[in-house]
Parts: sequence; C-alpha cells; structure tokens
Amino acid sequence: MSAMPAQALIDEGAVWAALAEVPDPEIPAVSVVDLGIVHRVDVGADVIRVEILPTFVGCPAVEMMRSAIADRLAGLAPRIDVDVTFAVPWTSDRITPEGRHRLAASGFGPPTGATGLDAPIQLGLAVTCPYCGSRRTVMENAFGPTLCRSIYYCTDCRQPFEQFKTV
Amino acid sequence: MTTIRASLATGVDPALRNGLAELLRSLADDEFVIGFADSEWTGIAPILEEDVAMSSIAQDELGHARAFYGLLGDLLGEDLDHLAYDRPPEAFRHCRLVDHARGDWAFTMARRYLYDTADAVRLEALAGSSYAPLAELVAKVRREERYHLLHVDAWLRRLATAEGEPRDRLVRSLETLGPDATTVFTPLSDEEALVKSGILPMPMAELRDRWLDALASVFAELGLPMPPRNADLTRGRDDHSDAFRWLYGEFTSVRRLDPEAIW
Repeated sequence: MSAMPAQALIDEGAVWAALAEVPDPEIPAVSVVDLGIVHRVDVGADVIRVEILPTFVGCPAVEMMRSAIADRLAGLAPRIDVDVTFAVPWTSDRITPEGRHRLAASGFGPPTGATGLDAPIQLGLAVTCPYCGSRRTVMENAFGPTLCRSIYYCTDCRQPFEQFKTV
Repeated sequence: MTTIRASLATGVDPALRNGLAELLRSLADDEFVIGFADSEWTGIAPILEEDVAMSSIAQDELGHARAFYGLLGDLLGEDLDHLAYDRPPEAFRHCRLVDHARGDWAFTMARRYLYDTADAVRLEALAGSSYAPLAELVAKVRREERYHLLHVDAWLRRLATAEGEPRDRLVRSLETLGPDATTVFTPLSDEEALVKSGILPMPMAELRDRWLDALASVFAELGLPMPPRNADLTRGRDDHSDAFRWLYGEFTSVRRLDPEAIW
C-alpha cells in the first residue's frame, strides 16, 4: 500500500459532481442534488460521509437512494457512509431551479405558494400544466400516488398530471 | 434506516431514559396503530379519491411511526422492526382513542379529527423539546401532518353540516369516542422529570387544556358534542380492546411467519 496520504485524493467537488448523477428512484429525470436531498458532504482522509434529508418521513425510496449514492461514490474513497438526518426539514423550496425545469419536462408540476408552518397551505392556487403551459388547472386530490405528490387536471389539454406537494 | 443521530442518544441522562423511552413509545405506537387502522380503507373507501387520500395518510403515519421507533431504537439499542412487530399486544402503549375498531366512514373521520388536532398540539410542544433528535424529527412531521388536518377538517365540516344520516353518524361517533379523546394526553409516569429537563416542554394536562380550548370553538360553531375535560386517564394507554388484538394479529401476521427473514 502507498504511504501517501489519501486526504489529497478525495475532491469534494468530484463528490458533488458524482451525486448530481444519482437519479431519484421514482423520477429518474431529476437527481438527488436537483431535489435538494443532499444535506451535507464531509470528506475525510479515507471516508466520504453524505447526509441526506428524506422528502417525506415515510418515503419508501430513501433506502434505494442510500444504496444508489453509496454505489455511485464507491471508488472515490475506501469507505462511504450515507446517513439519513432530520437536522433540517426537507422542504419543497430545496428543489433547485434546474430541478424544477427537469420535473416540468417529465410531466410534474412545481410546488406552488410559500412553505413553512406559518404559511397556509393553499390548495386553490393555479399550477402550470407541465404539458401545455396552461394555468387553467384544477386540483383533483391533495394526495397522490406517492407521499410527495398531489393530483391535478388541466382543463385545456385535458391531461391529468402530478404536482410536487408544497411542504 | 440508518441510526439517526445515535451519538446524541448516548448522551441522555440515565435517570431520564425510561421516561424518554415511554414518551417515544407512546408517539410511535399512536401513529403505528392509527396508520394501520386507516390503511384498512385502502380499496374500500367511499370514493376513489378518498381511497388515494386515506392510503397516503396511512402511509405517512406508518412512516412517522417508523421514525419514532428509530429514535426509540437508538435510545435502547434495539432494532426498530423488533420494536414494532415483536412485542406482545399488551406491551403497546397507544392511547385508547385509537384503540377502537375502524367503524364506518363517519367514525373514522371523527376519530381522525380528534386524534389529528390533539396530535398537532402535542407536536407543537415537542418541536421545542430539549432532546434534539425528537425536536428535529417533529419539525419535519408537523409539515406533513398539516395536509392531514386540512383533509379531516374538510370532512368534519362536510359531515357536520349535512343533514340527516351523515350528521347523525358523526355525532354518534363523537359521543362514543368522547370519553377516550383526552387519552392522547395520558400523563407519563416520569412526567415531572421530563418536563423539568425540557424533553417534554409542558405537562400533558396543560396540553390537554390547550387542545380542548381550541376544539371548543370549532365544535360550538358546528354544534358538535365536546369530549369531557376530566375523563379518567389512569389506564389511558393500557387495557387494549379486542378490536386492537385483531388488528395486532393482522399487522404481525407476515412477521410471525418468519421473524428472521431478511427482506
């Protein structure tokens, strides 16, 4: 084994670049970085530690994300730790502008309105249809096929679509 | 799930461990039992959109239970699935409010309304807990529970203002559940020490009063029967019903086939 310190070999920028290639298991068009799930990256001498924030506490995709991140980073360091934390709550504000663009391109409406416990949840706000761009859309159900999504319907192009919940 | 901030759990004053464990177990068991009970509506809700909504709400609650069991597991050094599935039914510490059979839709909505609004008061207080892993988790849980509150508030008002059978069923359900409503706030055995340490920011009795005061204005507006303020809470989290024993049989049935199975 080389006696050279491994510290210099792990570049935090390269870790973030690799994370940007890890797709969300349910919406592969967006990465875990696009969704704002990565809370922190710590680079040690021979370990990379990543902390992720679940979009919802009961999200069943969290374990898949952990293993996908560990698989993608394998090779960058001898040890990869991927931990789940609630140190700060994930909110839909954490989705990056690029992430919102990619969600729309995949048929998902963006979260609308203010987040936070003091801001009322406004179910009546118009959401832009990701297919035709119309604002003439109606909420069908605040709950959807996954914990993080609501169901909408576009009265112009007559397509149902899903929106990321505002949390 | 990976241990969440396990390092913090090891720093808990040994004198407070039992009390904290009791608090975490009550939070986890409440969410676990109501989550499983509500999941019974999957496939049989009165309308399709409600099938989606109740399934999603139930999944949220089971997710919250899992996270609370995770904190309990960190504290006790135990596996969270073991905590959730391998206890005998009498070791569960959910409150009597969630110990009833599913009942009809009005009964389910009545129970959800009482539980969700009481839980919201409890969580608001726990967001200020001195036990950081709990305060952090609660901050996230509260953002999700807001959607449940919005949903059940709409149903309570819809049933209460409908004339005839829907309203009658709602009122009957609230009367049945009334004596058990405040069991969410059953005092903990080590409560004084928990309050003193800031783990529980205020006594359960104070949370109960805060909840009933908020409930009174909504129930007065809708002409609904209020739960009694001074119900007997001595066995508020014990003495489980046959309905719960049946539910327990259901939710442990796969686990019991092969407790050592790896999924």
